[in-house]
Amino acid sequence: MKKILHFFGQPSAFFGVLLLVLAVGAALSANWLFPGDPLDMVAAPYQWPGATSGFPLGTDLMGRDLLAGLFHGARVSLYVGGSVAVIALVLGILIGGIAGYFGGLIDQLLMAITEFFQTVPPFLLAIILVAILTPSLTTIVFALGVTAWPSIARLTRGEFIVLREREFVSASVAIGASDAHLIFIEILPNAMTPILVSTALLVANAILSEAALSFLGLGDPNVVSWGSMVGTGREALRTAWYMIAVPGSAIALTVLGLNLLSDALHTAFNPRLRRKRGAGVAPDVQAVRL
Amino acid sequence: MLQMTSGIVGRIAGRIAGRRVRRRLIQLVLVLLGTTVLNFVLLKLMPGDLVDVIASESGNVSPQYVAELREAYGLNHSVAWQLLHYVGHALRLDLGFSFRFGEPVATLIFERLPATLVLTGTALVISVLLGVLLGVLAARRPHGFVDTLLSTLATLGYSAPMFWTALMLIVVFGVHLEWLPIGGIVDTNIAHHGFGLLLDRLRHLVLPAATLVLYYVAVFARLSRASMIETLQEDFIRTARAKGGRPWYVVTHHALRHAVLPVLTMLGLQSSALLGGSIIVETVFGWPGLGQLSFEAIKSRDVNLLVGVLLLSAVLVVVLNLVVDLLYGLIDPRTRHRQ
Repeated sequence: MKKILHFFGQPSAFFGVLLLVLAVGAALSANWLFPGDPLDMVAAPYQWPGATSGFPLGTDLMGRDLLAGLFHGARVSLYVGGSVAVIALVLGILIGGIAGYFGGLIDQLLMAITEFFQTVPPFLLAIILVAILTPSLTTIVFALGVTAWPSIARLTRGEFIVLREREFVSASVAIGASDAHLIFIEILPNAMTPILVSTALLVANAILSEAALSFLGLGDPNVVSWGSMVGTGREALRTAWYMIAVPGSAIALTVLGLNLLSDALHTAFNPRLRRKRGAGVAPDVQAVRL
Repeated sequence: MLQMTSGIVGRIAGRIAGRRVRRRLIQLVLVLLGTTVLNFVLLKLMPGDLVDVIASESGNVSPQYVAELREAYGLNHSVAWQLLHYVGHALRLDLGFSFRFGEPVATLIFERLPATLVLTGTALVISVLLGVLLGVLAARRPHGFVDTLLSTLATLGYSAPMFWTALMLIVVFGVHLEWLPIGGIVDTNIAHHGFGLLLDRLRHLVLPAATLVLYYVAVFARLSRASMIETLQEDFIRTARAKGGRPWYVVTHHALRHAVLPVLTMLGLQSSALLGGSIIVETVFGWPGLGQLSFEAIKSRDVNLLVGVLLLSAVLVVVLNLVVDLLYGLIDPRTRHRQ
């Protein structure tokens, strides 16, 4: 309870939550406020923000409503961010947990695989996977998920190595608990705090990667995404820079919200950092990103 | 001078025997093997095989020709044989043939490598130096004015997507102010020579490098701030202060060496992301490096070329980590003597 109060007492937590609420609100209300297909042409092209009534953020070079695109794009960004985080958490916790719990040869093998996935540039691997499997929301989530888990695996392994030596685990071993019981019922709940704290960063990374994929033309062609909006706007760079500025700000603000949230969570829930006043950033979870 | 040089060489030699470096070399072999196997799997994931592509492109699809091609590329053998075959070729730097460019993959990669190394190298050096400097400045008085200002800027730099930063830099400095060129590596309209050519190349380097720096300076500043704040609370700093060391002297002569170690680790960790990021920056700025090559390969689904770039990138990452290990040995005497 004290920790939760400490969390909400920070300005970064307030602004982080505020930005996220805006993004989630946009995603949830998109179909209700903008019922049509955001990829439809609805007005004259190249309308600057404020120039035409009914289209406060203007239209792109095909005459599509930028505000509608922004609302519908929020759905894609948050869907990809959330799904990738879930895949990375499941894979990372399983691999890191098993490595940390069993140790020895299994640990060495799993950590070699983890290290391998950290050495191969994750974004390049994701690009290749999406290109081979043909771009769609499912393949993007898959590609980003299977490249995002290593940081979680390392974090989980570290927690498990410390926790498996604790008395409450020994007590369970003494009454004959199975490995699965020890891993999932005894140790995992106690390892969850740092893992969940780093989830905000995982979501932020996934959103940035999806935007970059869509920007490069490897997004799902059937949905509007903030990254693909920037990619389209790029063609009108010299005359109509608002087409880049508008969707790009949406990505930056959403990611900013998640980063602020992540910082606030770290300061509130990481006892090591709280003791060392003001340190703020945990280097081990600063995952790779674009 | 000579003594210093030999001292450094001696230290490096001492480190090469060290366990960390030996581990890196084993890692290099594992990474090479792992990437080749991964590459092979990726190639197999492709719908249709190489021969289908060639046959459809040449228009000659007689069963006899297809059979000959399968024989020529070894596709009539078992999967295990093909895998060994692929690994054998990769070890001899034969990465296959790019159908998009009509050249061997290895040739293409080594042509484009220097441009990428110049761009990412410049960006990394500036980001680390500037990042550590800003981090140290911020750590002098946590939550003070300088710290709040720098931390806010760092969080912003850390949140903006790189392709967007790149485009906004182009809009401001290329299109509106017209200070800097917005693409390419050299001006093709004017023939520059000597110093003029160097200057022209530097002008072309500014915006792509700045895009990478804006992001990475934020990463390294955040990290060195956190590391410096932690270091300044250590006992040996209190001792140095108690001995009457002036604040800046304690920071530069006692704390910095200790605080910079996590920055080095991060440098190694970020190297693979940096190569991924260069795809975006090079594509936006038309910088003729590996990133742009990968993008061309994506557009034409040239998987041979893509996996070749993947292999080389992984090797670069391991080599950079090896360099980081050597630097670690130079900076932190504890890792030298602990065998």
